[in-house]
Amino acid sequence: MPLLSVADLHTHFRTPRGILRAVDGVSLTIEKGESVGLVGESGCGKSTLGKTVLRLVDPTSGRVTFDGEDVVRLSRDALGPYRRRAQMIFQDPFSSLNPRHTIERILTAPLSVHGIGDRNERRRRVRAMIERVGLPLSSLSRYPHEFSGGQRQRVGIARALILGPDLVICDEPVSALDLSIQAQILNLLVEMKRDFNLSYLFISHDLSVIRYFADRVLVMYLGRVVESAAGADLWAKPLHPYTRALIQAIPDPTRRRQAAPIGGDIASPEDIPRGCRFHPRCPIATSICAEREPALETHAPGHQAACHHAGKLSRPPEA
Amino acid sequence: MTAPLLDVSNLTIRFPTGTPVADLGFAVGEGETVAVVGESGSGKSLTALAIMRLLPRTARTTSGGIRFQGRDLLALPEPEMRRVRGRKIAMIFQEPMTSLNPVLTIGKQIAEVLRLHEGLSSEAARKRSIQLLDLVRVADPHLRVDDFPHRLSGGMRQRAMIAMAVACGPKLLIADEPTTALDVTIQAQVLDLLDRLRRELGMALVLITHDLGIVGQWADRVVVMYAGRGAEEADATRLLDDPLHPYTRGLLAASPRLDARLHYTAGPLREIPGSIASALGEPGCPFVPRCPMALPTCRTKPPPLEEIRPGRLIACPPTLALERADAAAVGR
Repeated sequence: MPLLSVADLHTHFRTPRGILRAVDGVSLTIEKGESVGLVGESGCGKSTLGKTVLRLVDPTSGRVTFDGEDVVRLSRDALGPYRRRAQMIFQDPFSSLNPRHTIERILTAPLSVHGIGDRNERRRRVRAMIERVGLPLSSLSRYPHEFSGGQRQRVGIARALILGPDLVICDEPVSALDLSIQAQILNLLVEMKRDFNLSYLFISHDLSVIRYFADRVLVMYLGRVVESAAGADLWAKPLHPYTRALIQAIPDPTRRRQAAPIGGDIASPEDIPRGCRFHPRCPIATSICAEREPALETHAPGHQAACHHAGKLSRPPEA
Repeated sequence: MTAPLLDVSNLTIRFPTGTPVADLGFAVGEGETVAVVGESGSGKSLTALAIMRLLPRTARTTSGGIRFQGRDLLALPEPEMRRVRGRKIAMIFQEPMTSLNPVLTIGKQIAEVLRLHEGLSSEAARKRSIQLLDLVRVADPHLRVDDFPHRLSGGMRQRAMIAMAVACGPKLLIADEPTTALDVTIQAQVLDLLDRLRRELGMALVLITHDLGIVGQWADRVVVMYAGRGAEEADATRLLDDPLHPYTRGLLAASPRLDARLHYTAGPLREIPGSIASALGEPGCPFVPRCPMALPTCRTKPPPLEEIRPGRLIACPPTLALERADAAAVGR
């Protein structure tokens, strides 16, 4: 049984301009100890998906099952035990750490809220955790603004892990950090995965970071998963033209000038194109793509894609 | 090379609180793309503002000169500098939303530049604005010209900014992190556009970025900055094939981008320990606190950027010594 299983999840928001379909029919599973990468551009719904899984946002419909239990049905009051086992690391640790609280208070709060240990036990856990993420004990009496971006992300990681979760959702955890710091944080997350036997849902717009970090990769476009495969399969043989464009768009220092892989702009999730969501930007779209939305189908073992022309490099001749 | 279009020498920027840029020098030839690469705190954006003479009042610039087409920009009276800005040298910024006026249409903002610098009538300026939007590949330019900035996507806004920047046919365009706020597929489109305009309009381009990834693809030459100083300068391909400065080497090794075989199950990424903050108050080379090959002599004074081969400069005496010993050994 997978640790997390999401089935046909929809998260829609009402806006003055209509219904915004941020997550629009997503299914996925995460096995125990697995690191699943979720990649997509802004507006594709990846962050909303992460928040919905944690019930920070309520879904419109669909199921989220964690360790056999339906999380969507839990009342707000009954969410406690789930929150203890599923945690989140945010992109910008500055806006997610209370500036008026010391690091000690920030790290102690989850323990007190969940009633874990007495005063001494909490103190012991907080001290062990701060050292485990590579910060000196003296950090505990300091405030978030006294730390650099990389150090603040270490605090964010410590806070997410202090309750001993099984699943951690990382939402762009290194995107706000300088390149020389990114590797430090990625390495720390890998160590934590090993030491605490974690499962990750790793959300990022950066395919190269996903490539390093994920066992399996989901590619999201305008609220839907358009391709899903083991990392190596995805890089070697992307089936969806959008995945191919994303891979080609990774700025590669060893490649000389070349034309942009695809044109067009990402549509708004308030105005999702009919048929295949990607067809207005797709280099191989045909008339069927404007009419019928392709389902996510299996094309090779463990490799799914939602494309009428999956795996083709050029537009097939129309009948 | 004939006299470069832009020649920055010994640029130092001082604030009452510190010296974020020191002894920086580099040159940009006509039609060339030079990337200035560095992480936050490296002083790369301040350098761009210094060239435009747009630094805050509290800043003091001392310099061997910022020469543009042979004239020292730092010595120009402000009215003359105003004619250089926008007309000869233009600049675009990371976040087009904060540099566009939200209560004016795109067309009005482009037209303002044309009326100010070229003295066009409002009718002619509008016509030219539509042509410029077409030039930067905005679809339906005759409609978009009447749109307000918030109606456009991030990529379209950046295109509108670029249209405004190239309106007067500048010889030099400084692009400060022009694609950092954009999605990867849009980023490729915008860089593509900048490169095409460079060729078509005969501009030089200074590309300020933290992303070594885009350097190889879009730049001819690269200046790597660290904590306000030049660390290394080289041809883009040379730099990426054979980085010499320990900082450049560390950055390239730490990037998961460069090697598709890197995976967490196969081992950790190489790290540069510590952070750029450690450069503060360092009397010697600013990279010393993080450097794997620092010698005691590195701590005495900041190393100058020295030429090791034509077009190849580094500010690292230990590396320089090694390279020279190597060259001597193989009899070059």
